[in-house]
Amino acid sequence: MNYKLNYILHLADNALILGHRLSEWCGHGPVLEQDMALTNIALDLVGQSRSLYQLAASIQDEGKTEDDLAYFRDVIDFKNVLLVEQENGDFAQTILRQFLFDAYNFHLYQKLLKSSDKQLSAIAEKSLKEITYHLRWSSEWVIRLGDGTEESNRRINEAIEALWPYAGELFIPATYELEAVKEGLGVDSASLKELWSTEIKNVFDEANLEVPEESWVQKGGKNGIHTEKLGFLLAEMQFLQRAYPGQEW
Amino acid sequence: MHHITTKESIYKLLEQVFDPEVPVLTILDLGIVRDVILGKEVLEIVITPTYSGCPAMDMIEVNIKAVLQENGFEKIKIKTILSPAWTTDWLSEDGKRKLLEYGIVPPMGPSKSKRALFASADAIQCPRCNSAKTEMLSQFGSTACKAQYRCNECLEPFDYFKCH
Repeated sequence: MNYKLNYILHLADNALILGHRLSEWCGHGPVLEQDMALTNIALDLVGQSRSLYQLAASIQDEGKTEDDLAYFRDVIDFKNVLLVEQENGDFAQTILRQFLFDAYNFHLYQKLLKSSDKQLSAIAEKSLKEITYHLRWSSEWVIRLGDGTEESNRRINEAIEALWPYAGELFIPATYELEAVKEGLGVDSASLKELWSTEIKNVFDEANLEVPEESWVQKGGKNGIHTEKLGFLLAEMQFLQRAYPGQEW
Repeated sequence: MHHITTKESIYKLLEQVFDPEVPVLTILDLGIVRDVILGKEVLEIVITPTYSGCPAMDMIEVNIKAVLQENGFEKIKIKTILSPAWTTDWLSEDGKRKLLEYGIVPPMGPSKSKRALFASADAIQCPRCNSAKTEMLSQFGSTACKAQYRCNECLEPFDYFKCH
């Protein structure tokens, strides 16, 4: 049963942490329309994480709520990939992080539609409609920046250099993922690599960007070994519930 | 339990519950009420969210309960289901008309796959001057369900309730 809980938490943590990162853009976007796009996507992701945390809480069956799972776990309990906790950086870095993740998430959720767990496949059905918009938006921006001005091209290349080492972790399955695959609940993340690579290559080609060589990979997030950045993120995100436990709207 | 006991009369009451973000639409216009189950003791209303993170859902739940309680129902359960996922195809014709009158262009055509990158944006007429010379500013608007457009004829910006 533990693999099931861990698998759902992994999906939920990816969505919440990336959603929170994007929410940091609120009021700071480069133009109003893109500020709204960033926060719309944040809202979708936080909403998806709520559904997943509710499912996790029901699997856990200890009377905990979605809020307990989001606000009262510490760094080592979070199972998100390192990519999503990376800082926003400039707009190019935020866009690239989003694109690398969206391209993965899109194919993952498409396969999750066939999960043996009815609730998970229902969440996937709902989320996939939203993720499709996300991928379209981030793809368009990668192309705009890559094929834009000298400066935008330089910045997106810097983002590729900074974030590429974090992409590989997506395709290295954790033990709970492998067990979830065996039970028909989850998707073998290694099997998504080819679909993902094609997605990246098509967009990079159009953006005049080169796909970097396979290289050394930063990993650990799926098993709770995070970069130093997650602690600062949680400190801000969890502050209110830590200081005033149980507060509600 | 109140004397009203038919499903139709419950639906009639639900016409009093409006979408807090698009206040011209009732939750029935939106197509988010999936079922009404009259139990012996509990009245169950089954709803589905438009978008996963739609902040209006919590408020809609509170408002459904309030309307039903005012009409004598005590035990009310709101159940949320995700599948089948909500689509703009479920917006009522009356709802689409109300949207347009309100200045929001209703979704054009059936919900379709938006998989194709750079699929051309839907051709949308300006709700104010009816010009077809409009352009999409962003797929993401002031709420999750809307995209931002601009009319190049009368120069007014407007919202489009996007196909989903």
